[in-house]
Amino acid sequence: MAQYAILIYADESNFADMAPEVWQQLTEAHGRFAQQVGEKGGKILGGEALQPTGTATSIRNDVVTDGPFAETKEALGGFYLIEARDLDHALDIAKLCPAPGGCVEVRPVMDVSGG
Amino acid sequence: MSDSPPAGDPAQAGDPAAGDVAAAGSDPAAAVADAHRREWAFVLAATARVAGDIDLAEECVQDAYVAALDAWSRAGVPRNPAAWLTTAARRRAIDAHRRDRTLRSKLPLLIEPGSEFAAAPPPGAGEETAEDDVIPDDRLRLVFTCCHPALAREAQVALTLRLVCGLTTVEIAQAFLVSEPTMAARVTRAKKKISAARIAYRVPETAELPDRLDAVLTVVHLLYSTGHTAPGGENLVRRDLVERAIGLARMLRTLMPDEREVRGLLALLLLTDARRTARAAADGRLLLLAEQDRSQWDRGAIGEGTALVTGALRGGRPGRFALQAAIAALHAEAPSYGDTDWPQILQLYDRLIQVWTSPVVALNRAVALAMADGPGAGLAEIEDLERGGHLAGYRYLPAAKADLLRQLGRHAEAAQAYREAFELTGNETERSFLARRLNEVTGVRSAGRPARPH
Repeated sequence: MAQYAILIYADESNFADMAPEVWQQLTEAHGRFAQQVGEKGGKILGGEALQPTGTATSIRNDVVTDGPFAETKEALGGFYLIEARDLDHALDIAKLCPAPGGCVEVRPVMDVSGG
Repeated sequence: MSDSPPAGDPAQAGDPAAGDVAAAGSDPAAAVADAHRREWAFVLAATARVAGDIDLAEECVQDAYVAALDAWSRAGVPRNPAAWLTTAARRRAIDAHRRDRTLRSKLPLLIEPGSEFAAAPPPGAGEETAEDDVIPDDRLRLVFTCCHPALAREAQVALTLRLVCGLTTVEIAQAFLVSEPTMAARVTRAKKKISAARIAYRVPETAELPDRLDAVLTVVHLLYSTGHTAPGGENLVRRDLVERAIGLARMLRTLMPDEREVRGLLALLLLTDARRTARAAADGRLLLLAEQDRSQWDRGAIGEGTALVTGALRGGRPGRFALQAAIAALHAEAPSYGDTDWPQILQLYDRLIQVWTSPVVALNRAVALAMADGPGAGLAEIEDLERGGHLAGYRYLPAAKADLLRQLGRHAEAAQAYREAFELTGNETERSFLARRLNEVTGVRSAGRPARPH
């Protein structure tokens, strides 16, 4: 098994004024996803939703600036860390990850254990 | 690769009766060159499984070919060169692992499904008797890995040429008119992704096979059309690409005999390639289908292609390659452009557009409609497409429109459309064709440059 990050990108403006029932649906969709990963033979090792990029602070060469590292229409809004057999398995799982109107990116996690 | 029957079919590797060095005779250098052309994919695919790493596998296979030149000069060409080369390359891979067990654990490994991946060398792989073992044919694994959808199309093409066809980076760079460093970077990046992202070295499961196979067929077709209609480059290089593409299609046909779209692709390539000598006049001028000397068409290729089409169309809804091949077959059978079965071609385009929604297909359908029902009907379709805007900048749209306007005697509008097509065309052969047509409709008979709008 290998580890992959599923990075969820979406247009933040969609979330800014999201109706409570829509938010509720999204939360339920993520609950279902967590269940489906297990059914697919994968495993969720972790994951979080992030506050919008308006709350981000960037540091480059020790210079602290307000805002995300790049201003883009779609921004990183959350992530999962999963375990999967190979890329096809990871993609199979990532296809189930809720990202309404957005996109998910699958990135292999680098093994730095040195073993 | 294209002219020879699959005599050295490596699926038979290990079977003494299949040993076949007749094509190469007893000249070791020729035998090595022949084995490189025919057996590279088989040897590399089988070695990759043992090496567990594409770069190591490539290195071992290269070494095996070098060693073959020396060994075959001394001891004669073996009866089964593919088996000899595979055994030699696998032995090198196993030695490399034994030499450096600690390093090995850090090597990016090719991922095999389940526990099948050989942590230890397969029994007998390092033994002298290995030549007689049945070596698994892993060429499909190799092809599907090279054409994995997680790789960019241009990387799929480059990897296929490099790993399946055994072309060097220099050769691939020349074929695609990019610099060698650019192509080297493309190949390196793709290989790195295969190992870092763990793209599995396997044939896709049944459920995903149609999509994954379509990607493979698209790559082979792209190779063919790059060779067939490249905007520049040397003729020899392009011919080589065409032959590689047909060779790959033949290989897929051997490995997946039941896949109808594979049959369709091979048929399409053969039927298109059958016209190659008739495509240009002696002075290099491009000849349209309507103008070609049909007696120059390769009847052997047409016969083979047509037989394949029949099989590809049978048994369920045909795919886009089968339908395109069926259209090509109708053209191939027609005594002349006018005497072509246009109503049936139109029907095939109707079916094609159902399985493959593409504005380019819609344009070709409009041309067939014009032949079946008259230029007015075709023109109306083309104007619809023009309004749709999906083909903006596509030079064949104004060219087709111009041709129908010319047939309808609307010369001023035709001239305008020819000028539009001319402006969009970089290919010199096509430009001189459009210039001639423009001069026709504007009444200028000399074959000079066309009148340009100011």
